[in-house]
Amino acid sequence: MGINWHDFFIVGNPLILGSQIAIVLTMVGIVAGITYLKKWKWLWREWLTTVDHKRIGIMYILSGVLMFFRGGVDGLLMKAQTSRPEMKFLDAQHYNEIFTTHGVIMILFAAMPLLIGLMNVVVPLQIGARDVAFPQLNALSFWLFFSGAMLFNISFVVGGSPDAGWTAYFPLAGKEFTPGIGNNYYAVALQIAGIGTLMTGINFIVTVLKMRTKGMTLMRMPMFTWTSFIASVIIVASFPIFTVALALMTFDRIFGTHFFTISGGGMDMMWANLFWLWGHPEVYIVVLPAFGMFSEVISTFSRKRLFGYNSMVFSIVGIAFLSMLVWVHHFFTMGAGPGVNSVFSITTMMIAIPTGVKMFNWLFTMRKGRIELTTAMLWALAFIPCFVIGGVTGVMLAMGAADYQYHNTLFLVAHFHYVLIPGVVFAVFAGLYYWWPKMFGHMLNEKIGKIHFWFFTIGFNLTFMPMFFLGLDGAVRRSYTYSAESGYAPLFLLSTIGAVILAIGFGALCYNIYWSARYADRNISNDPWDARTLEWATASPVQFYNFAKLPEVKSIDAFWYMKKHNEGLTLKDEEVEEIHMPSNSGLPFYMGVIFGITGFLLVFEWKLAALVATVGILAGLIIRSFDYNDGFHVHKDEIKKTEKAWRSVNKGVNNHVS
Amino acid sequence: MSANVNTALPLEYQTEQNRMNILGFWIFLGAEIILFGTLFAVFSVLNARYAGGPTPKDLFEIKDVMVETILLLTSSFTCGLAIYEMRRGNRNGLLLWFIITLLLGAGFVFMEVTEFIHYVHEGATMQTSAFLSSFFVLLGTHGLHVSMGIGWATMVIIQIFKRGLTPVTARKTFIIGLYWHFLDVVWIFIFTFVYLARMVA
Repeated sequence: MGINWHDFFIVGNPLILGSQIAIVLTMVGIVAGITYLKKWKWLWREWLTTVDHKRIGIMYILSGVLMFFRGGVDGLLMKAQTSRPEMKFLDAQHYNEIFTTHGVIMILFAAMPLLIGLMNVVVPLQIGARDVAFPQLNALSFWLFFSGAMLFNISFVVGGSPDAGWTAYFPLAGKEFTPGIGNNYYAVALQIAGIGTLMTGINFIVTVLKMRTKGMTLMRMPMFTWTSFIASVIIVASFPIFTVALALMTFDRIFGTHFFTISGGGMDMMWANLFWLWGHPEVYIVVLPAFGMFSEVISTFSRKRLFGYNSMVFSIVGIAFLSMLVWVHHFFTMGAGPGVNSVFSITTMMIAIPTGVKMFNWLFTMRKGRIELTTAMLWALAFIPCFVIGGVTGVMLAMGAADYQYHNTLFLVAHFHYVLIPGVVFAVFAGLYYWWPKMFGHMLNEKIGKIHFWFFTIGFNLTFMPMFFLGLDGAVRRSYTYSAESGYAPLFLLSTIGAVILAIGFGALCYNIYWSARYADRNISNDPWDARTLEWATASPVQFYNFAKLPEVKSIDAFWYMKKHNEGLTLKDEEVEEIHMPSNSGLPFYMGVIFGITGFLLVFEWKLAALVATVGILAGLIIRSFDYNDGFHVHKDEIKKTEKAWRSVNKGVNNHVS
Repeated sequence: MSANVNTALPLEYQTEQNRMNILGFWIFLGAEIILFGTLFAVFSVLNARYAGGPTPKDLFEIKDVMVETILLLTSSFTCGLAIYEMRRGNRNGLLLWFIITLLLGAGFVFMEVTEFIHYVHEGATMQTSAFLSSFFVLLGTHGLHVSMGIGWATMVIIQIFKRGLTPVTARKTFIIGLYWHFLDVVWIFIFTFVYLARMVA
């Protein structure tokens, strides 16, 4: 079927050889470590088969951090290559592969799982629910995502990486111009992960609509829940488009159809349209939950209710609606004509209105607040000016006529990094520092956190600010080198130095996670930040059934109200009732594995073998259909014991800032 | 969750988990509408790009397509009868109409596969032109949905035989009903925009 076995493992490149050795050693190390510690059973029972939304969330976050590392290394390699003119560090092909995987991994396998992970942990708690609507489907979502991520990541050692950019534009991404199998990885791995994401979207819509606790009306929901809900709606509305686009790409590449080809009547720009019909809403899928996190953090650490709650809700709904109507602004240069370009210019600029509303709401929330400069709050504070730079340059790019000048330059690259890094990465960092005690029962070290913050923000600005000017001077994106005569060298070097500082910042986060896991004080209360929403009303880390008694909500900032009115904070023995919980299941893990195998075979165009493997998928579906496991009941005694353990001791945060 | 059972409601709506499953499935159907909408959009972009290959007028035969349409539309009607019998608590009536529905569905799939084989023999494959690529993928996706539906419904029929009409089996049947009617609606659009519109134009 056209695949030569000697292409199977990529050989001959020292960087990749090093990675291959490192991967093998790491895998051997992990397997040996788990066996030595006799943790296989624990791993299977507590994690691989779990349907607990908090654990699934933690697994998402862990994978997201790992993928962020992988994507970050890609970024550093690019920066190393462009640090000086005519560098010989990477060749053009390798550079192509690296900017492609950097983009795909950062958006789909780092930003998405980090946000979906925090959504998983926090949303059910914020609405006072015991789990999501479909716990097992939630586990399936995770394993499909993970399977897709792993499939995509092995591409650079087995068979070759995709190399047509993260947008994979045709005709370049077609078989004609990219004959290897690298782009098959793109089509298949993203498809598998995308199915998982679609299910997450459905799951969270139903969870938010149906599982809110008593008194939690829609307009009393915490802002993070609102944004997660709207992001889920956008997922359901836009991911099927991507599913179709990727399927058509697969057909073109593997089955010889003519959707996007130049020959046979295909239309290459249809790919760009379909891609961005999904791709632009995708930007808001990642940025809206991030906005929600900032809302929570800013409100908590300003000791004030969120300013303009209603306008906040209307803006996110407005942003969601407009996000579907702007896709053409990614290719004004397609030649659709001034009429079409004008329409999309205007819709694009209109997005600045609700976003501006949100900005002012955050500022007014802080006004006259008693601001506490925790690490989480620092991220929120840094987000505002940085994101405004990203937003304003976005309005510049939105002008169709002017875009002909910026198109495909580093100005655009700087713009979207200024949107996505403050808008998503800062938010995730803020969220991690903020919710870490809820997930793990200990805080992250604030002092290391501040080192992390300063290195990362300074490094970020130093990396991407020069790119605006490089872009305006005409430096194009995705070009693996430049000449000394171009005069770009000083700014490129500055950008590389920035990237190193940024990487040190990320290293500080990793060290912080390690340090805190080992040394941080476990004696923390359920509410170390004096926060406002329901997730803080229960233990840290949260017990598996979330709430012994489902809380009743009387106002926005439900937990704050409970604290001020001293209502519902205690639990009497007679209030305890048996709780029904779903059972663990190995099926989602199995489905992840079998999807991964099928995908792998399809990537290598072994069609018959892939067809055989789909029987495994069908078998999983049939097993699920006959699965009548109705979960189990938690006994009252167990609940009483668990509740006593965290309620009796009067805990305070000792020395968490060390 | 499974605790609050409301027996005043139809069987499939009685438990909270069932209500959530049904709502979830409606949302899934929303995603399916987007999916088919995208495929229709692709078809409408590519449907006149023959690349020298056969055109709709060379290929389509209205008689066969009409039979397919009648089979599928009738199956939607019998599916409605099945749910009606389920609401009356008549297990055997449900099973009878449910099985008839699937047989009609199987007839549809058989006709469609025959139609495709016929086209391929005439030299019209999905590799021939952009028009045929989009035609085969749009109809193939629909046909695959119907086939999956038949397999899925068979599983549920086995469960009804084994367990009788319970809130769970009723919910599963009801959801398949939603799915089946949805596929019927998609077919109406295919019949109109892919076949009829292309044959009169």
